Amino acid sequence: MSTPASLRVFEWKLLVYRRVWRSNIVTSFLQPMLYLLAMGLGVGSLINKNPASSQTLGNLPYVAFVAPGLLATTAMMVASIESMWPVIDALMWGRQYEAMSATPIEATDIVASHAMWILFRSGIAAITVAAAMALFPDVRSWGLIAAVPAAMLSGLAFGMPLAAWSVTRTREMSFPVIQRFIITPLFLFGGAFFPLSQLPLVIRWFGYTTPLWHGVELCRAWATGSSLGALAALAHIAYLLLWAAVGMFLMRRLAQRRLFA
Amino acid sequence: MSANPTHRTSGAPGIREPLIHAEGLVKKFGAFTAVDGIDFDVQPGEAFGFLGPNGAGKSSTMRMIGCTSPISGGTLRLFGLDPATHGREIRKRLGVVPQLDSLDSELTVEENLIIYGRYFDLSRAEARRRAGELLEFVQLSDRAKSRVEPLSGGMKRRVTIARSLINQPDLLLLDEPTTGLDPQARHILWDRLYRLKQQGVTLVLTTHYMDEAEQLCDRLVVMDAGRIAAEGSPRRLIEQHATREVLELRFPAGANAENEHFAIGLGERHELLPDRVLVYVNDGDQALASVIAAGAKPESALVRRSTLEDVFLHLTGRTLVE
Amino acid sequence: MSTMPLLRIVPPVVRAARRPQRMLERQMMCYRNTWPILLSGFFEPLFYLLSIRVGIGKLVGDVTVGNHVLTYAEFVAPAMMASSAMNGAVYDSTMNVFHKLKYARTYDAVLATPMGIGDVALGEIGWALVRGLLYATAFLMTMAVLGLTSSWWVLISLPVCVLIGFAFAAVGMASTTYMRAWTDFEFVPTVTMPLFLFSATFYPVSSYGSWAWVVQLSPLYHGVALIRAANAGTASWGIVGHVVFLLTMAFAGLWVVSRRLQFLLLK
Repeated sequence: MSTPASLRVFEWKLLVYRRVWRSNIVTSFLQPMLYLLAMGLGVGSLINKNPASSQTLGNLPYVAFVAPGLLATTAMMVASIESMWPVIDALMWGRQYEAMSATPIEATDIVASHAMWILFRSGIAAITVAAAMALFPDVRSWGLIAAVPAAMLSGLAFGMPLAAWSVTRTREMSFPVIQRFIITPLFLFGGAFFPLSQLPLVIRWFGYTTPLWHGVELCRAWATGSSLGALAALAHIAYLLLWAAVGMFLMRRLAQRRLFA
Repeated sequence: MSANPTHRTSGAPGIREPLIHAEGLVKKFGAFTAVDGIDFDVQPGEAFGFLGPNGAGKSSTMRMIGCTSPISGGTLRLFGLDPATHGREIRKRLGVVPQLDSLDSELTVEENLIIYGRYFDLSRAEARRRAGELLEFVQLSDRAKSRVEPLSGGMKRRVTIARSLINQPDLLLLDEPTTGLDPQARHILWDRLYRLKQQGVTLVLTTHYMDEAEQLCDRLVVMDAGRIAAEGSPRRLIEQHATREVLELRFPAGANAENEHFAIGLGERHELLPDRVLVYVNDGDQALASVIAAGAKPESALVRRSTLEDVFLHLTGRTLVE
Repeated sequence: MSTMPLLRIVPPVVRAARRPQRMLERQMMCYRNTWPILLSGFFEPLFYLLSIRVGIGKLVGDVTVGNHVLTYAEFVAPAMMASSAMNGAVYDSTMNVFHKLKYARTYDAVLATPMGIGDVALGEIGWALVRGLLYATAFLMTMAVLGLTSSWWVLISLPVCVLIGFAFAAVGMASTTYMRAWTDFEFVPTVTMPLFLFSATFYPVSSYGSWAWVVQLSPLYHGVALIRAANAGTASWGIVGHVVFLLTMAFAGLWVVSRRLQFLLLK
């Protein structure tokens, strides 16, 4: 009976979210819109003047190139924030997980509920970003609908391993370091703002191994309607699922050890 | 032992001036009057207490004495100085243990003491030396390098007390020093405070525990609703406002009121509480015998000595800890 | 001291400060335990500047500002430096201060000693400046290593970063005194992000055409303009305007901070 129990944990998170959802949706709509204005159109106007770049960008106007990248990075950001402080909060400060461990709720339920929560939060974020994107004629397409689940999957692939790490923490000191050394570089070098092909070979291959790049590729292919073979799409999805699954497996083991041992 | 501050007499030599002098002291927050015109003096070397329930105005009074809350009316002098103009000079000579712990969670136990000493302009070496001695005094030397967070409530309170002594204060202010602590931690704390008192440190504390007031205070005022209801030593207050013994009668739930008549005329007076009837008498056993003889069937009966709780009940008609 | 009219722009409680450096000492003690966090911040400019140089910069090519031709990274780097000064100051003066104000009661503890409100306000803002100076130095060194500096005048960007930090820390701390709960801090990025994006950071102010005056309302724009001028080694009367703008913001913030802290802590 693990599904209903994990739903109950999910419900608790929803209850908390209900208090802040309005301002949350407004900011998660405004921020990408401003980004698209400044980077997509503003910097884009400089880039589009440079004839050498149009081929690098696959003949896309820059705003159309960067927007799907923003979709995937936003989902990753949301998932990563939700997988750091809130996890340690529920473990140590608010102690909700501890309270749950005294009920029939099990480690599996906590992991499942966290996965649901990440999908929910990154889903909302992705939908609002997609809504902001739809305001830009160069970006608007039906493919955005397919890009939303792709973004959610990138969130899950990044969030679950991170949550597994957070479950083992007793202090939040490592979180800013993770933000600086993992999340920020991924944000900048994950293929969202420029193609990885511009990078030196070693860094490029490192980029290819990160879940973010696969998410960005999926989002971009589907949102811009460019050709992506079924096999390539499946490979991207499988790779993201692998990260998510490993993360869930680890988190379950570590949560078991932390809460129920 | 450097935690023993040598008392500096302030003011003109030869005149034994009170450390604290308050006259008609008032504290208002908007329309609400927290402290409503109180008078008291605290003499050097004494342990002085404010006893009263939550909301009686004790903490507001303490904050005014600590020079972190401007007075709304009346006069307040510490060491003969006016807090409004000489706050910095006064605070230099105070030690403050606030009601809620304000230890620096980003620092270790020892660092907490050292930086506090630095706020008082001690040299680093001196602050470090005193921190070591004070941690020994509060029996926490082994936790010097520990962070504050994992410490128990009682330990944190002891660190706070050690911190308040870093400047070798002439006057130590303790706002509800043992509220929320378990009995064992309270006794450790009382023991340390008692030692300070023996070393001649002037203590001013607030409490809503009568046992704490009885243990620590030479003299106290009973506060209620911003006013002083009575003043004196614990023993004198009990003598004045209560009888030697109290008979506590518990009747079945909800039946205390209908059994109240058994108490009437039995002693000097009685109090009807939600859960029991208190009879103030000089001989409790004899009173109990006559209640039983009159046909009362209490579920339980207890004879005990009067405490400050009874004094407070008598003065205000309310219990201290509700 | 109070006879000097120029000092009247400093709030009285701040003038009464005697030992604000003790608050800095406290911060340094804190960082003795958490210095990796401080150190990790030094790498941030490296990531940003690299991503501009090898990434977007390659896509953009060169930028012409006035009669200078710059690589895009050279154009953006000073703006990034100003933004990083802003972000650092805002971070230090909002969440951190709120925690100490409302939860840790750090300032209540400090005020029970001979320290005063002025010491707290100056000390906390001062820390934002010291930290800002450290980060700015790291930023400048990164810029130099990546070949993005153009003249020795660029060293002036260090005091400029301190000024930017002062302005934003003072206003950041002032807004913090009005915050009621953590959720109120969502409002902070809502302000800083548009500033970051639209202060002539990523493209010249001329791109805004007739909307350029809106950009000039952004305090960050003035910081960006100052650092660009320093890096280019060009002086103009506009510089005075930029400095006055930031100073005004700083002292306005300081007045609000000192009043509000008095109201909140010395009830």
